[in-house]
Amino acid sequence: MNDLRQKAKELLGSGKVKLIIGYEEGPGNKVRAAFSESEESAGKLIFDSRCVQNLAVYLTRKDIRDKGKIAITASVAVMYSIIQLASENQLSDEYLTVLGISPDMTLTEFENMAAVEKFLTQHKVRMAERDAEMLEKISRMTADERWNFWLKTLEPCFKCYACRAACPLCYCTRCTVESNRPQWIPVPSHTIGNLEWHIMRALHMSGRCTDCEACARACPIGIPLNLLTKKIHQDMTGAFGEFSPSVSAGNMMSTFKPDDKETFIR
Amino acid sequence: MEQYIINKEGLQELVAAIIKDGKKVIAPVLRNNKPVYDSVKDYSEIINDFVQTVNSAKEVIFPRTEKLFGFRKDSDGVTVEDFNAGTVPSTVVWGIKPCDAAAIASISAIFNWDYHDKLFNTRLEKTTWISFSCQEADDNCFCTSVNGGPGNTANSDIQLTRMRNSGEFLAEILSDKGIAVKQLSPSSFKPLSEPVIKGEYLADIPVKFDYLQVSQKLEGLFESDVWKEQSLRCLGCGACAYLCPVCACFDIQDESHGKCGERLRCWDSCGFSQFTIHTSGHNPRDKQSQRWRQRLLHKFSYMPERLSVYGCTGCGRCSRSCPADINIFENLISIGR
Repeated sequence: MNDLRQKAKELLGSGKVKLIIGYEEGPGNKVRAAFSESEESAGKLIFDSRCVQNLAVYLTRKDIRDKGKIAITASVAVMYSIIQLASENQLSDEYLTVLGISPDMTLTEFENMAAVEKFLTQHKVRMAERDAEMLEKISRMTADERWNFWLKTLEPCFKCYACRAACPLCYCTRCTVESNRPQWIPVPSHTIGNLEWHIMRALHMSGRCTDCEACARACPIGIPLNLLTKKIHQDMTGAFGEFSPSVSAGNMMSTFKPDDKETFIR
Repeated sequence: MEQYIINKEGLQELVAAIIKDGKKVIAPVLRNNKPVYDSVKDYSEIINDFVQTVNSAKEVIFPRTEKLFGFRKDSDGVTVEDFNAGTVPSTVVWGIKPCDAAAIASISAIFNWDYHDKLFNTRLEKTTWISFSCQEADDNCFCTSVNGGPGNTANSDIQLTRMRNSGEFLAEILSDKGIAVKQLSPSSFKPLSEPVIKGEYLADIPVKFDYLQVSQKLEGLFESDVWKEQSLRCLGCGACAYLCPVCACFDIQDESHGKCGERLRCWDSCGFSQFTIHTSGHNPRDKQSQRWRQRLLHKFSYMPERLSVYGCTGCGRCSRSCPADINIFENLISIGR
């Protein structure tokens, strides 16, 4: 923690960055995002096991970007989101300094995104066993059973869009659900409206979702909506092999090679 | 007001009698490991061991999606199928807290401001509210700062108070609707053998801020930087509004299939970026800080001033569930200073 505060003070003091995004204590043993713009306020920064909100969500926001160069305290999950955002040309080295915090709590100031990407090769995201079991259970269902499972699972959703708001990769300034000429997705939260929203969200995450679970954590009523994105990730791994966010390799679903070995794509 | 004693078996019999009478029962249950209100078919589904549910019970009177009317186009023109009050079930809401009951007056003031909303009033008329006073509170509860309290009986038809250790409850019958529910299972209600001092069984909820002081301070804060500071980490979702027992903003949507369709009223939130966007493309609240200001001013300035009701009843749901930990009373305290 002292390392972090010291580094933050140094970065702000030298003018290398204008803002540090990190965590601070909130009331009642909760932690929350902190935005530190002075050496003095850097003293409130913390990092511990409670710090799970994915802070990368703030990196694409205009009012925050307008503040100038940013440093961010990044857990492995946050670093994955950062690399994915960079691969989609949403972040660059000129704009961001990553203060990585490894699972053993070591602080590293990364020189650039490439160094973050290299670091991540040592820290793969593994699906929790209970999620893998649940996906296995869902895949064994008949089509009817699966359909009814999802209708029932998504029925309580009232479309507060906390899942979308908490996701670093949902950075569109205008979401498909808000387009009404034509209206692609029904606005009301009824059975079909809920289903269409969640399917659309999951499909837009294919090949992009880094499984940080921010969406499921944000859902006030605890819908396990990340099962959809986990399933898509599983399917894509099956179809294309293991993949990870990568600035140099590009984004899986928006990458095309003329010499692709699959004939259907040509 | 009549007072009785009711034990756990009595509660079970009462719920069974209400269900047997054909009424819909909404009560706190566990879904996805979270306490929420949902319809129940049996007493065993109901949970008691929680401080506050995640959602409020406002959906009973203000559903997330509600059909206002249907329409059909045919060779003779357009036929409108109006709202049919007969489709609204007679409902008993079991196990709300006094802050939720207090919120009924606030949301009702919105739906009866100038136009008297037929759908809302029909649902309200057909609903009986059975509240449980609070024996426990958490850090996010602040009913006592907004004119409420753990044993407040306002808008409840029956209030039950768990009497510590005895396993019995004090039952206060507070209205004609309450009497009607009691009549469904009269044997559940036993006479008091000695007077009960209800206050002994209520949670201690300290006053967190001076409501009048906050209201007065808000008057001069429209252009203040405080809104930017408080909302910087806000993610702009609608969780706070949708969980709030008072928030009543809605959007109107037409859904049609071929020649027929329906007009729907759907929940909306002032926190959404598109909430006030005009057809011209101009958005008078295009920043999150302006939307956060609207949320607070609406609750703590506009509603008290224009409708003479509290826009917040201190249930704390918005603070408990906010994915960015925006804490409403913490912000109110800082405004009050």
